[in-house]
Amino acid sequence: MLRSAWGEIRYYPSAILGLTVILIFVAISIYTIITIPYPEAIRLWRGGEEVWGDNPRLAAPEWVNYFRQKKLPTTIKMLSTDPGVERVKEQIDDNIWIEDTVYTFEYTADDFPQDLAVTLLATFEKKPPYVSIILVRPDGQEINLGDLSVRGQRQVFLVSQADRLRQKLQLDYNQEIIAGLFAKDPAAEEMEVLKGTYKVRVEGTLFEDESTLSSKMVVYGKVYGWAGTDHLRRDLRIALLWGAPIALTFGLLAALGTTLLSMTIAAIGVWFGGWVDGIIQRITEVNMVLPVLPILIMIGISISRSLAVMLLAIVALSIFGASIKTNRAIFLQVKSLPYIEAARAYGASDLRIVFLYMIPRIIPTVIPSLVLGIPSFVFLEASLAVLGLGDPSLPTWGKVIDDARVNGALLQGHFYWMLEPSLALMITGVAFAMLGFSLDRIFNPRLREL
Amino acid sequence: MAEQAIPAAPVTPEERAQGGVPTWKRVLRYTVVRMVMLFFTVIVGVYLTILIANMGGQVDEIRRAFIREMVGNMLANNPTFRALPPEERQKRMEAEILRWEKRYGLDQPFLVRSFRFLKDAMTLRLGRAENMTSDSGSRRVRLIILERLPPTLFLFGTSALMVFALSLFISLFLSRNYGHWLDRMFVSLSPLSSAPGWFYGLFLITIFAAWLKVLPFGGMISTPPPETPWEYTLSLLKHLILPISAQVLSSLFIGVYSWRTFFLIYSSEDYVEIAKAKGLPSRTIERRYILRPTLPTIITSFALTLIGVWTGQIIFETIFDWPGLGRTFYQATLVYDTAVIVGITVLYAYLLAITVFLLDIIYAIVDPRVDVGGPRTST
Repeated sequence: MLRSAWGEIRYYPSAILGLTVILIFVAISIYTIITIPYPEAIRLWRGGEEVWGDNPRLAAPEWVNYFRQKKLPTTIKMLSTDPGVERVKEQIDDNIWIEDTVYTFEYTADDFPQDLAVTLLATFEKKPPYVSIILVRPDGQEINLGDLSVRGQRQVFLVSQADRLRQKLQLDYNQEIIAGLFAKDPAAEEMEVLKGTYKVRVEGTLFEDESTLSSKMVVYGKVYGWAGTDHLRRDLRIALLWGAPIALTFGLLAALGTTLLSMTIAAIGVWFGGWVDGIIQRITEVNMVLPVLPILIMIGISISRSLAVMLLAIVALSIFGASIKTNRAIFLQVKSLPYIEAARAYGASDLRIVFLYMIPRIIPTVIPSLVLGIPSFVFLEASLAVLGLGDPSLPTWGKVIDDARVNGALLQGHFYWMLEPSLALMITGVAFAMLGFSLDRIFNPRLREL
Repeated sequence: MAEQAIPAAPVTPEERAQGGVPTWKRVLRYTVVRMVMLFFTVIVGVYLTILIANMGGQVDEIRRAFIREMVGNMLANNPTFRALPPEERQKRMEAEILRWEKRYGLDQPFLVRSFRFLKDAMTLRLGRAENMTSDSGSRRVRLIILERLPPTLFLFGTSALMVFALSLFISLFLSRNYGHWLDRMFVSLSPLSSAPGWFYGLFLITIFAAWLKVLPFGGMISTPPPETPWEYTLSLLKHLILPISAQVLSSLFIGVYSWRTFFLIYSSEDYVEIAKAKGLPSRTIERRYILRPTLPTIITSFALTLIGVWTGQIIFETIFDWPGLGRTFYQATLVYDTAVIVGITVLYAYLLAITVFLLDIIYAIVDPRVDVGGPRTST
């Protein structure tokens, strides 16, 4: 029966579509687990500035530029050791060396960059190197961005934090400094981007023979990768990719656990009857009174928010659900069929009858509800995440939605942040539902012609 | 319980006669047994909730720590206390802590108190909230619940009734026009219902509130509340559009699909064919031969819908910032306010039990196939 049913699937276009989407998600999951192994994913997702420092904050995905007239800039990142970067060092006095690093880049986007950062790394014994950072614009104008002595091992200069520049460029308090630096006319009402070749010159003065200075320049763009970044500059790609295996595993395990256990319990209850059946019935009724989601929330707050604990709790709470009642009704019919009587007559044990004769009989009717159960568990996990009870370490789709909601993605217009994980969830859910509905029609002949 | 909807095995008159008990006695016995059973179910369910809400007594530890800190702070600000010698201070503090613990009932073991909680809950003496207050400032759980109930009933009542009525009418229309393009459309759109209402809420908020900026993000009324009743109603309606659309989007398609299939199965019964052959008008067939036998199922579904209305939906209300019971429940779990959690659960459990009980009786009235308390009826 099962084999013929699988053969029949090809007559249902929605089943094929659903199955294809599910297989694509499975392929993505396998690809993700291989290319970004679990510890690596956690390291990246939990990492701070040291991992994501060079990414723009809240950058939209790069493909938004296909739909925009005004193209948004991508991030430009250069190291002082890169081949295209000019670096000159000369001694001008006994204990004074001058080291100039010039970063040259083309700026062609129609919008201003998000920020400009120069990270300085210095080694010295007593006297720290002194550095001036100068921006050379395409129109030849030179602007001194700032002077600083590199006292720490690593020092970051950010244009957005250099308030002195605001006065220098005569900007209002609500105008961005970076826009003033990259504008044709900073005094204009509507500032326009000055396109062309820009240079950032890092003029270092070193006071020791052994002292060294290296630097990194980043012009933060406003688009990043195919997924964009979040408020912590993290690449959303990691969360979107890792969300797939987590959602699939979670949904499948929860649906399988719930279906198999409730089927077994219903079979045992029906077969043994009497007080066993009575107890199972009573538990089911009590379970109906219990508020499931609040209990999960309480478990999440007080015991653990890890996905494994949640999975166990969800399965435990849904075993004695409505499905036990439908299964019981079917088993009651199965129990009175002649082949069960025959099995009893030749002396089959109780367990043999339950597990080898009764349960296999109803598997076809259970498969559709199993498939249909998967999206509901996937969405349950997302619900918990949206309530702030997502797994503390794993990146999931629901957690991205939660991050986006909590950090006001919608109010600030970062729609991609909310829509990407939502669409992923939606597509997964609909794919399983399409497959499930078709299977329902295949396995329940009464629905077939409808 | 609900499985009574599946027609019990028909009972022959002989079997009935064998019972030898008058019908009214059987009905009475059945009713009493059922009531006792349901009451017991509610007790167990509520007790489990009390245990879980207190985390088997762990919340007491949180309360103890809280009292210790509070007493410590209180005494530290007291000059006469600070003037005392250290041993004396320690003694005073312990005494004060004991006094407070007694006040909170913490001097008794949790197990004893849990049964007292149960008794209070079952008699609907809902007590006082520990941390939460109603908007009017009261700490009484009853007032908190009564204050939050109307918004929940209003929102979910409206949307549930809308979904119920719409899906019933559309599905009747579709089952009459089997194979119509609308029929195909609803069938192929039914997988959309795999996403819950709050999820559609997010989409709708993104489109209509964040992007088009035509409707509010959430809440029930604009701030500050409009003065005139007319404007008030208008503002309320404006805040209702998105939540109701989200609910309808998520539950309409599956509702229509399942009702339609259900009606189609019933309209392929032999007696419907005969009625058609007799030349009865299709309206009469629908009313007499399709709706009549499906009435019990329709009633169950309606009753369960109504129960759902009472609890509201935690996430849905959180997403839409709707000041209802679901959001209150969530806030209560966040601050371990067990009194509020148990109060809402008790209310829900009672309502569920009463509905199930009434359903049992209504079934017996509308569906003659259900034989109340007959020898073969086993639950």
